[in-house]
Amino acid sequence: MAAVTSPLCACRGILREIRLVKGSGYRHTIVYKYVLDQFRRNQVTGAQYCRERMDALHTACTYHCLLTSTREHLQLHEVYHARGERDTAQMAGLVGLRLPTQPGGKGWET
Amino acid sequence: MLRNFCSHHRQFARVIWPFSLRQGQHVSSSTTHLQKANYGSAITERKKFYQNVSISQGEGGLFEINLDKRKLKTPGGTLFTVPNEALATAVATEWDAQKDTLKFYTMHFTTLCNTAIDNPTERTKDQMIRAALKYLDTDAICYRVDEPPGLVELQNNEWDPVLKWIEQRYKVVIGSSSSIMGPQIPVETKDTFHQHLNSYNFWSLTGLEYVITQLKSVVLSFGLIDKHLSVEQAVLLSRLEEEYQIQHWGNVEWAHDYDMYELRARTAAGALFVHLSSESTAVKKKLLRD
Repeated sequence: MAAVTSPLCACRGILREIRLVKGSGYRHTIVYKYVLDQFRRNQVTGAQYCRERMDALHTACTYHCLLTSTREHLQLHEVYHARGERDTAQMAGLVGLRLPTQPGGKGWET
Repeated sequence: MLRNFCSHHRQFARVIWPFSLRQGQHVSSSTTHLQKANYGSAITERKKFYQNVSISQGEGGLFEINLDKRKLKTPGGTLFTVPNEALATAVATEWDAQKDTLKFYTMHFTTLCNTAIDNPTERTKDQMIRAALKYLDTDAICYRVDEPPGLVELQNNEWDPVLKWIEQRYKVVIGSSSSIMGPQIPVETKDTFHQHLNSYNFWSLTGLEYVITQLKSVVLSFGLIDKHLSVEQAVLLSRLEEEYQIQHWGNVEWAHDYDMYELRARTAAGALFVHLSSESTAVKKKLLRD
């Protein structure tokens, strides 16, 4: 994952993660409103200066990392660990091998 | 009589304990609930039983989580309340993100809040501080290797700057060692940290201890909480030897990446939990001069 350096990147990153989880209706979630609100509030403007700008950015990056890692972890979990024990053929497939097949079915040689 | 009973029953059913397996197993919250609480297994999954998640502000300004108009409870049977909106939003998002089944092992904020509210092991603040500082004696980044040379160099290059930073930041002596006994950490160092941790509240300490046990390092945890390190950096430093081995022997997705993402998620949740449960929001506006 690329390091998040600007507030805009962090904000877009978080919103992207929310969209990945909630689909197209992500704009109606509580967190969407909250995140946008926080980013607007901590914006540096002519009339307002946020003293803890770097702190807020660090928090945003941490949350972004949490959402990304949870999603990636769940994906890996579902692929490799969620379905219990595999049979021999699946196990071989996992490391890119195939079990030998017998052309005429079992007992074909005799 | 029957109507009375029904209304009581309806009232009773308005709160839910999603953590145990069946509703019939619940125990009355008035008894010593902590001993009887059903914490279930971390890998237990449950069918999703709600559609909408919302936040409401209850008594004393505390925030509650509502699942379809029913209030969320902790495994111990207490009403689930958090001190601020940010934390409530984070918890609500976790519940909202669940698809068909509830995967409790992905809901780190909820877990941390439950631990802080129920305090299942009935620990005091002082016990928690001492438990956290115990990790300092066996801190991951204080233990160095003598060989192979590549790893020795890597540890010196990556870990020394963090060690130097914490020694300057808190004006303490920690040091590193390659002996099996580890470095001798002076009593003053522990006193300084003990004093510092005393300023944390119970919730923050719960989060901090969680981060320390994940990273296996007090130094890295302080680096993360004090915003000197990002989560990615802290996790990388914590897994330095593993990363070194991966460079030599290759990466195995279902073991290395799986562990790394889990560690990152847990660490990030813990660090954010510390920040959110200790912060107080204040807006200060700059005065405009004409």
